[in-house]
Order: sequence, then C-alpha cells, then structure tokens
Amino acid sequence: MAARKTKSKSKAKPDIMFKVEGLTKVYHTGELDIHALSGVDLTLYEGELAVLLGPSGSGKSTLLNILGGLDVASGGHAWFRKDEITQLGERELTRYRRDHVGFVFQFYNLIPSLSARENVALVTEISKYPMKPEEALGLVGLDHRLDHFPAQLSGGEQQRVAIARAIAKRPEVLLCDEPTGALDSKTGVHVLKALTSVNEELGTTTAVITHNMAIADIAHRVFHFGDGKITKTYTNKRRVAPDKVQW
Amino acid sequence: MVSVLDKKLLRDMVRLWAQALAIALVMASGVSTLILAVGAYRSLEETRSAYYERYRFADVFATAKRAPEFVERQILEISGVAAAETRIQEFALLDIEGMEQPATGLAMSLPDHREQRLNRIYLREGRLPEPGRVDEVTINEAFAVAHSFKLGAKFHAILNGYKRPLTVVGIALSPEFIYAIGPGDLIPDDRRFADLWMSEKAMAAMFDLDGAFNSISLKLLRGAREAEVIKQLDDVLERYGGTGAYGRKDQQSHAFLDAELNQLKSMAQVIPPIFLLVSAFLINITLTRLIALEREQIGLLKALGYRRFTIATHYMKLIVCIAFVGILIGAVAGTWLGQGLTRLYADFFHFPFLIFQRGMDIYAIAASISIATALAGGMRSIYTALTLPPAVAMSPPLPTHYAHLGIEKLQVVKHLSQLTIMAIRHIIRWPVRSGLTILGIAMSGALLITALFSLDSIEFMIDTIYFQADRQDATLNFTQERPVKVLQEVEHLPGVLAVEPYRAVAVRLRHGHYHRKLAITGKPPGADLSRILDRENRPVELPQSGLLMSERVAKLLHVTRGDMVDVEILDDSRGQGSLDATSIGTRRSTRRLPVAGIIQSYLGLAVYMDLRALNEMLDEAPVVSGVHMAIDDSQTDKLFAAIKGLPAVSAIALQGASLAKFHETLATNLTIMTTVYVVLSVIIAFGVVYNSARIQLSERVREFASLRVLGFTKAEVSHVLLLELAMLVIAAIPLAWIIGYGFAWATVQGFESDLYSLPFIIKTDTYAISALVVLGAAMTSALIVRRRIDRLDMIKALKTRE
Repeated sequence: MAARKTKSKSKAKPDIMFKVEGLTKVYHTGELDIHALSGVDLTLYEGELAVLLGPSGSGKSTLLNILGGLDVASGGHAWFRKDEITQLGERELTRYRRDHVGFVFQFYNLIPSLSARENVALVTEISKYPMKPEEALGLVGLDHRLDHFPAQLSGGEQQRVAIARAIAKRPEVLLCDEPTGALDSKTGVHVLKALTSVNEELGTTTAVITHNMAIADIAHRVFHFGDGKITKTYTNKRRVAPDKVQW
Repeated sequence: MVSVLDKKLLRDMVRLWAQALAIALVMASGVSTLILAVGAYRSLEETRSAYYERYRFADVFATAKRAPEFVERQILEISGVAAAETRIQEFALLDIEGMEQPATGLAMSLPDHREQRLNRIYLREGRLPEPGRVDEVTINEAFAVAHSFKLGAKFHAILNGYKRPLTVVGIALSPEFIYAIGPGDLIPDDRRFADLWMSEKAMAAMFDLDGAFNSISLKLLRGAREAEVIKQLDDVLERYGGTGAYGRKDQQSHAFLDAELNQLKSMAQVIPPIFLLVSAFLINITLTRLIALEREQIGLLKALGYRRFTIATHYMKLIVCIAFVGILIGAVAGTWLGQGLTRLYADFFHFPFLIFQRGMDIYAIAASISIATALAGGMRSIYTALTLPPAVAMSPPLPTHYAHLGIEKLQVVKHLSQLTIMAIRHIIRWPVRSGLTILGIAMSGALLITALFSLDSIEFMIDTIYFQADRQDATLNFTQERPVKVLQEVEHLPGVLAVEPYRAVAVRLRHGHYHRKLAITGKPPGADLSRILDRENRPVELPQSGLLMSERVAKLLHVTRGDMVDVEILDDSRGQGSLDATSIGTRRSTRRLPVAGIIQSYLGLAVYMDLRALNEMLDEAPVVSGVHMAIDDSQTDKLFAAIKGLPAVSAIALQGASLAKFHETLATNLTIMTTVYVVLSVIIAFGVVYNSARIQLSERVREFASLRVLGFTKAEVSHVLLLELAMLVIAAIPLAWIIGYGFAWATVQGFESDLYSLPFIIKTDTYAISALVVLGAAMTSALIVRRRIDRLDMIKALKTRE
C-alpha cells in the first residue's frame, strides 16, 4: 500500500484525497446556535501537507473532526476519495477511522498504563498492514524509549509516541490538532520533524491545525480560517525545514 | 441565604445521584438490618419479659411421680425460694372429630379455690373450668385456632385410660408455652399438640393423686443461687420419684425463644457491620475520585482565601447528605421490616400481647455509626485535597505511573491484546482499591451463602433424621413403663407392620465436675426402625455395654471414647408411686459406665445404650417406655381408632405429619429470609460494581475516547472496562465462597444448643447460586455503565485537560 502511494506521488496530477463542498456545522447549545462551519469548500490532494491557520472558534478543528470521522456535519458534503463520509453511520465511521485515519491531538492522549511500544501496538493489533511498533517509533526518533511508560517521557516524547501511534497503521491521512500547542519551541521542532518526515517518507496526506503562523511555512499549502469559513488559501513557494522554524 | 458552596453541594448531589443512591442503598441495608434485628430483638425480649413478669413465669421446674402436699412447705423452706406452685400434669391422647390422627395434650391442673401463684394463664376468652368438673377444659389459643374451636366445642381425651368428653370453656395462653412443641416433634404443630387446663380436684380424682402433686414450679428470690436451690429441691423430691429439677434455661419454651433471640442478636452483630464497611469503602473511592476531579477547584478556593475548614466542611456535608439518605431509607425499611418480623415471630411464638420496642436510641446509634463510618471513609481523600498547596492543586496532576508487570516476557502474556494488558495493569496499579472492590463483591456472595446454606443443612438434617435415623412411621409413648409383653399387643393392632421398643430413663451424667441432666435411651439390638448413626451417618450397632453419646453431649461433659462417666439415675421406677417408709431415705443409685462411642445426633442431648443392659443396670424386669412402629398406610384409620382407645398411650408422634409441618414452616420462613438476603446481596454487589465502574469510567474517559478515535469500536472499548470488572468479579467469587464458608461455619456454631445443632452442609448449588447472583448483579450494573461509554463525547474528552 505504501509502495503504491509513493509511486502515485510521482504522477503529474496527484489524486484527490478529500473533497469538501458547502460543509456546515451548527451546534445547538440552549438558546444559542453556534455556526462552527458556515459553508466550507476545500480539496486536499494525496501526499499533501496542509496547515490550517486561524484563531480559536474559526472552525478549523470542527472541519478536521468531520474529516476524521469524529463528528458529523449539519449540511454539505465531504468525500474521502470516492466515499462520501458525510453519509456514513456510526459503525462505518469507526471502520473508516480504524482503516484510514491517524490522529494527533494537543494533549497526547496516550494510555498511561501502556508503554510507548504498547501504545503503538494498540493500533498495529487492529490494522491490516501495520508497520512494526519499533519501526514507527524509529520514524519519530524514539527507538531508545520503547519500554518507557507515558509518565516517564517528556511532553515532546509523549507527542512523538502519539504520532508514531497515529502512523503505525500506515494511514492515508494524518490529522493533527495543535500538535505542538502544549510544547516549547525546541521540543515542538522535534514533533514537526517527525510530521514532515512521515509525510515525505510514507506520503501520508497530512493536515495540521495550528494558530502558530511560523509553522505554516513547513506546509505545501496553507488555509486561513475565520468565522467558520476559509478566508485565504495559498501555496508556499518555498517550504522551510522544521528545524529552521522558530517561535 | 444559601452559600455558593452549598449550591455547589446541591448540584454535586444532583450530578452524582446515581452513585450517591447506590452508596445510600448499601448504607440503608446496614441501617435497616440493624434496626430490624435490634428492634425485633428488643420487642421480643421486652414482650417476653413483660409477659413473664405479669404472669409470674417460674424460675425452677421439677416433676416427680407423686409428692404429698406437705412437701410443698418443705420446699418453701429452701433458702432462696420466694414462691411455689404445685400441680398435676399428665400427657393425654386426644380424639378430635374430623381428625383421623390422634393429637397429644398436656393436661395440667389449675388450683380450684385460689389464684395461680406462678405460670399464670392469660384468659383470652371464656372462663376457667369449674372446681371438680371433669368434663370442662380451658385450652391454649393456638390449638383452638388450628381447630376453629369456639367456646362450647367438644373433643375427647384419654385421661389415665378413660376416654372422657371435654367441653371447651375457656381459651388461654401461658408463659410456659410461648413455644409449644409436642413430644417427638421438631417444630410446633398447633393442630396436634394442646395445652389443657383442668380443675385440680377433677385431675386429682382422675389420676389418683388426691393430696399430692407431680409437678412443681418455683419463683426464686432476687440473688438466690439457682444451682443450690435445684440441688436441694432434687434432694427433697428424690424420695417422691423426682426426675431432676431444672432452671429456665432448660425449660423448653424459654430455651427455644432464647435460641431465636440469640440468632437475632448475632444478626445484629454480623450483618450491619458488613454493609457499613462496604459503604465506607464506596464513599472512600467515590470521594477520592470526586476530589481528584475537583483538585483545581479546591486549589482555586484556597487561592481565593477559603479556609481549609470551610472546604473540608463542604465535602463532609456531601458525605453526610449521602449518609442521611441512607439512614432515612434504612430507618423506614428497618422499622417496617422489624414490625413484620416481630409479627412473624408472634405467629410462631404465642404471646397474648406484643410490645413494639422502638427506642429512639437505636435510630440514633444506627445514624451515628453510619455517619461516622461514612466520614471515616471520606476523611483521607478530604485530607489529601486540603494539604495540597493551591499552586500544585491548580496544575494538572502528573500522568499516573505504571510499571511493567515483570511477566511481559512470558509467552502467554505476549498473546494478550494491549486492551487486556491495560485492564490488568490498571488493576495492579491500584491494589488496595482493587482488593477492596474484590472484598466488597465477595461480601455480597458470602452473605448469600450464609443465607442459603441453612437450606442445605436443614435438608440434610431432615434426610438424616427422617430417612436415615428415625425411620419409624409413628412412636407411641406410654403413660408409664410397661412390661415388654406390651410389644405383642401393639404388634396386633391393625396395620402395624413392625414394632421396636425403647426405654428412656432420666439420668444425670457426670464426668469430673461436668454434669448434665438428660435421658438415656435404651434400644434393642439390631434396631432397624429407629437407628443410631455414627459421625459419618452410617448406622451403628449398640455395644453390649457402655454408652453411645452425641458429639454435643461429649463436648459438654468433656469426654472422649473410652472415658468413664458416672450415671446417676433420677428416674427410678422402683420408687414409683411408693409412699411407704421403705423408700424414704434411699439414696439415688449411681453407676459407672464407659463411653463406647460418639455418634451423630442433631436433636437434643442424645445418649443411647443397650436396652437389656439398661434394664439390668436398673435391676429391673424388662420394661419399655414406648414403641416405634412401621405402619401400613392403607390402614391408618383403623390403627388410629384403635390407638385412641388404648389407655396406656399418653402421646403419639407421627413422623409423616411432623415432616410435613416442618416443610410447611420452613417453606414460609425460608422464602422470606432468602428473599431478604438475595435483595441485600444484590444491593451490595450492585453498589460496589456500579461505583467501581463509574469511577473507572471517570478516570479513564480520555483513554476510552482515544481508543474510539484510534478506530476501536464501542464494543472493544467497553471490553477494557468490562474485562477489568470481570476480572475483579471472578477473583471475588472464590473469595466469596471462602468467606461464605466461614460465615456459614460460624452460623452453625452459633446455632448449636442443647435443643438442636445444624449439620454443616453447603451444597454445590449454593455456591453456584451465590456466584450467579453476584455475576448477575455485577453484569447489570456494568451494562448500565457501558451505555455511558457508548454515549462518550470523544472530542470533548480529548480536548479537555485532565
């Protein structure tokens, strides 16, 4: 599967990974209706590293949650390849997450009772074509911390375990919500490196949410969010390597 | 004005209602069983003592063959005796129209021209028999009710060989017969056993006891030494055929009531503490979790300047609120059940009135114990929260440390999924909590075994008594010892298939300074109807010499096989009825006999010896006290009719009727008891499992949400929680069996009295049922919590900081 992906990357026009049309999301909280997304259109291509920028409440997380099958839209359509994910039920969404999507959150959400290796194995046990947990942890530079428990790891290390866990099943997409939000810049750089190397080596389509402008420079494309809409989109002419990023 | 903290308290209660209720119910069970048992105990105790007091229940009792009236004065001179009441009492067979089987009555004389001094009867209806009237009788209420006898009803009694018609002129109760049990019966059967009170003059004439008595009761002065009085009384009555005086503790009705009261007392001592401990544990884990969740808020309150005391009070109020709900439910349930139980007892025991003792103190005690245990349960977590500096409290806690199990390298472990490892590590990470959870669940199962095993024991006891040991269909007691040739007469009665004689002799056995008054039963060699069983319940042959005695007797006398005991013969028929000078001054004869073996007997104080050897020991021609019979079921009507006409027979015991009554009574009582215990067990199991599950869920909501995000299905995620609970429950079951075994054993020990002892039998079914009830309750509560996992909000869980 990975081989197929790498090959497809060399094509002139990459395949469409996500297609979103007029996506809306309304939260009904008591008397007030909150329009988290009010008509978003977007296309993400295979192998692309996209950064979603914007202040809190601008809708970027909501979009990511819907794309990742964690939330359902109120209106509009979203496709993953040929499948319309806005049509999937609870059971199919679980299947979809299991087979295709990797997640990374601001709070690492590791299982404290499992070691780094076991946290990754948690996913490889239920995947079809997983890499070895050691291999995934190697990709994020943690091959020396395999048997440590979350409580024995630093924040940056924990986040890298989370990334390793997300990519160990060789997902087609990796969705990251503020992956460096809880980290200082030095540790954050390690995490970004891990993300870009996964993107490059495995060709995993990656979407990263951040409100840190500096991070946008590592992306192929950048989407600006405001008031539940995409306000600006641009392609980075020249991408910056993660270790050159500073904040 | 309600303070903000109190508003928070109120909202916390609303939010935690399900868990709080689960805890409150466990606590309520403790409170209600305490109030129930203590309430019923006090009510019965109070009722009994008021009844004894008002109706002057005697302290010492004795019977003789025939004692002249002047002996009473002699007895009154014994130091410590306050009052005496003499009477004539004899067993009589009763012939009641419409009832095929003969019933047995105990006829007792009432003084003709004065009030009863002791053991006064309480006249419910009608009057006492007129002096000298041989055809008037006052009967006990239970017997009247069982036969729907109203005043004026008639039946026949065989009194000293004469069948006499009797008319019911009064219905009464007596403090001597609160628990009235017929000869040869295991439990009271009001249809087949009656108390009959008749005129003294009439009875003296019927039994040829003019100017004499054969039964005496004594009231002692405060501070009198009962043992001393009994000894002197025995000395006085010896020459008149006295069969050994005894105190209240050996008086049948009193002893049975005492045994029942003791059971209530032990119930009050054992069961409520279990519930209170479990609820303290539940409060502890729930509050620990609540405070862990509120760490930041506590830090904030402290940062804002709230004093520790105020914060501590806030959480203590929460505990007290939960406890209050528990106490309220428990008090209402306990009062209600307590009255029900007292009434149930009142049906079984015959009291003329019931005093409900509902002292506020027991409620106050139950409430304060509950609140105290609850606070003790919560104290540690409150203390932990208060001692954290605000800054530390407000920062998120570090991730929990876990360690390798040290068994990961094992091949078996390698095959476990990560989900299973999560569950195992979580259990091991919190060993005290897991241990207490296991213990709590185990208590639920243990309680059930304690309740259910008695069925097994009783079933076993019934089988042993009715089908292994006493296999006769009926037993006839003679008014006095008869020569052996009576056997031939009985054999020729219609429908009699086999007969087997026995002889009972009242003796006092002595070994060192241990002694006991009891009866030795003599049986013929090769007895096949009424058999003696060894401790493994195999039939044994009587040795030609020496005694076989039950374990209870051996224990009381501190003897083992081969020891010698002194047998003092109290029931010396040579002195029977003789008032001539030659019998006066004879010493009671004593023999020395070896203990030839220890045998099994669940009823009374059983001692057996060879019938021939017994007669020889007494230097007598062969006589018997009664006959066991096997009878042809198709001819019972003819047989009973014939027996009703036999003057020599004083009482008849029917195994079939006795067994049926036993089953009937057991069925009612045990159904109620079992239901109560099942409910209580379910409350514990449910309370513990539900709270554990809720707390786990709260602690691990992020883990579970992460798993869902990673693509694990709801079922797989629930699996982690359910697996962990399952492991705890499965670990709890064997522990429940062990603790239940211990409780049951203790119960058997507690039951043991001179009246009866329970065999210690727990059937596999009982273990299985207790396990199933625990599993069922655990599964139900786990499934309720599982629904919460299904409704988990993944995004919210993952984006909030722990």
